[in-house]
Amino acid sequence: MNQHTYTEVNNGSAPVPVRSTPVLSYGHFYDEVTKLLGSASNHCISYYCHDLSDRLKFICCIADDETGSIKVLSHEKKADGTPLRSLTVDCPSVHIFEREIHENFGVVFEGHPWLKPVRYPHDRADRLSVMDNYPFYIIDGEELHEVGVGPVHAGVIEPGHFRFICNGEKVLHLEIQLGYQHRGVERMLAEKSEALQRCILAENIAGDTATGHNLAHVQLIESLAGIEVYEALQIERCIALEMERIAVHIGDTAALCGDVAYQLGQVTCEALRTMVINTTQSWCGNRFGKGLIRPGGSNYPLTGEMADEILGNLADVERRYSNVTDCIYSLPSVLGRFEDIGTVTRQQATEIGAVGMTARTCGIMRDTRKTHPFQHYKNFQIDPVTLETGDVLARGMLRALEVKASAGIIRGLIDAWRKAEKTVGKPDYDLRLIPDSFAVSMTEGWRGEICHTAVTDSMGNISHYKVKDPSLHNWLALALAVRNQEISDFPVCNKSFNLSYCGHDL
Amino acid sequence: MFKEIKILSDHGKQYIPDLRNQPVSARFRGRPVISAAITGEEIARVSSICPVNAIDRRNGSIDLGRCTFCNECALMIPGTIRFTNDYRIAASRRDDLIVRPGQTGPMRLNETAVRSDIRRLFRRSLKLRQVSAGGDNSCEMELTAAGNVNFDLGRYGIEFVASPRHADGIVITGPVTDNMSEALEITYKAVPSPKIIILTGTDAISGGLFEGSPALKRGFTVRHPVDLYVPGNPAHPLSFINGVMDMLGL
Repeated sequence: MNQHTYTEVNNGSAPVPVRSTPVLSYGHFYDEVTKLLGSASNHCISYYCHDLSDRLKFICCIADDETGSIKVLSHEKKADGTPLRSLTVDCPSVHIFEREIHENFGVVFEGHPWLKPVRYPHDRADRLSVMDNYPFYIIDGEELHEVGVGPVHAGVIEPGHFRFICNGEKVLHLEIQLGYQHRGVERMLAEKSEALQRCILAENIAGDTATGHNLAHVQLIESLAGIEVYEALQIERCIALEMERIAVHIGDTAALCGDVAYQLGQVTCEALRTMVINTTQSWCGNRFGKGLIRPGGSNYPLTGEMADEILGNLADVERRYSNVTDCIYSLPSVLGRFEDIGTVTRQQATEIGAVGMTARTCGIMRDTRKTHPFQHYKNFQIDPVTLETGDVLARGMLRALEVKASAGIIRGLIDAWRKAEKTVGKPDYDLRLIPDSFAVSMTEGWRGEICHTAVTDSMGNISHYKVKDPSLHNWLALALAVRNQEISDFPVCNKSFNLSYCGHDL
Repeated sequence: MFKEIKILSDHGKQYIPDLRNQPVSARFRGRPVISAAITGEEIARVSSICPVNAIDRRNGSIDLGRCTFCNECALMIPGTIRFTNDYRIAASRRDDLIVRPGQTGPMRLNETAVRSDIRRLFRRSLKLRQVSAGGDNSCEMELTAAGNVNFDLGRYGIEFVASPRHADGIVITGPVTDNMSEALEITYKAVPSPKIIILTGTDAISGGLFEGSPALKRGFTVRHPVDLYVPGNPAHPLSFINGVMDMLGL
């Protein structure tokens, strides 16, 4: 391996000194990134820029799904407005990262086909770029019309704007404008000095993924502090993550049924989701698992009684959910609305760097639990479910299959937990972070790959924090999925992805 | 057909008959109780770890409009502060969200603070438009759950509707971001008068942990009169439902 080009880290492993990552010239950086991303086993998990006051530092993290290593490349440049050659031309999957860097720092990427605003952050480079003047793609033609939806939607959901260009009922193009949810999360994660504050912030990045994001955060903090927690706690964290997956997948099944007016599926799944999140509430006092994951220990260690309650409720939920999904996915009137609707091809998913369920329904085996295992998944065999057709039906059925798989995983985890030594540790909010270091932490939330990275300064304080929600990659998949579909199929397509607005807008 | 009937019978009765007295798990964190004997030293300790400055440094009271219900203060001095599982914590006045040491009784909505036309007009039918303005989707999901098969808010004629034009008021979640502030204002204007405003979740009530973020623009909650505050991170469906029922006098 060429030690002079990049440094290698593993998911959640000990941090690397910031200085150990060589700073490449842009030409060299470009060539290396292009070369690495040319390999099918590699994908870009995070590429961003941060301000070192006199210059900008670019960090690109590329994960190798075969070896589990993460290669970190860097480049620095003065913020002088000189343009850079866009990587998107050769590696389309980095398009969104280049857009983000452009929006935050005004760096121009020559050749980028779509250098548009991402989320209108409060500290963006161009203050004249505002929500109202988003440069929507326009097609002229007397036959065509535009449909604008949002930011306030008909349902009780988060805000975002969808602009359709339609020919009659058929969608030619959909452009999604986000940013309404921007709260300044990343800046606050770096600025808040207390560990507890940062945990609560991480839980609120996307409340539907409180465990997924907070686990990524806590794992990152523990990595920067150079500690590894005891086995029982690692297992408990994985159980919590799988319960979150089960709850949301069942809730999404209800929503999908609701959209096609299949009431039996909707109401039964609603009630089943309630059972799962009430079990989580019984464990930690919060239906979304807020408060459960903390650095170094837990305020709510799993008990034998709680483990029995989880197993009992889960068995019930699994059986009933399986009966309902058998019904849902054999009913012609439901299948007619799901099958061959909102299809994303494998090639599209690969090009845009899709992650999580979106990737797995296009036959791409991308699951952090297997490829970059963390916590107890390191000692646990995971066999991710993949489907091939990439349509609404596949995304619906994947949920049914993943619920079943996760229930099995939880049973296995609880077996392992019973055998593990019962250390009980309290959360440690005073962990000292190793100065001048950089670490990467990934988890597989129910939507897909979550990636948090941070850099510490010479005092061991966090000087830069970067969050990536899987939705950042997958929103484009939704836009592609509705092309040439009836506009009336948009709601069901949207539900089938169920992407995060706040996780994207940060 | 038989499969469906079997599923329905297996599904059983899921609705909660009495939304006023539905037991929730012991660990659920609702109304806190602070001992009257809390010492100055204890107040100093817990207020210094509180992530959102919800604990008053002078008297040790807890402001539920700021509290994220993280439980850390109660874990630090368990005999002195305790979060009960009482979910009836909504209030019609911002100040009523402050729980003082020695206050052990239930929180009940201040009837005199409810505008008289609210009960007259909306008691039998209240249609609401929800606006998320930086909400993290947990409060939104709990509001959706309030209408689901378990909680079934619709039994009282209370419903979320698709358009502000059909609504009698708005329910806001999230700390109100700069990028969403204009759309929020427009949505509110589109609701015919008389209309109500409900702030749901700690983020909406005070900004929560996001208070002070340069990405927020919280003018809306200052400019317009708020009729109901429902605390929580996120607000539990039962907190929301009981708050609205109290407001309507149901």
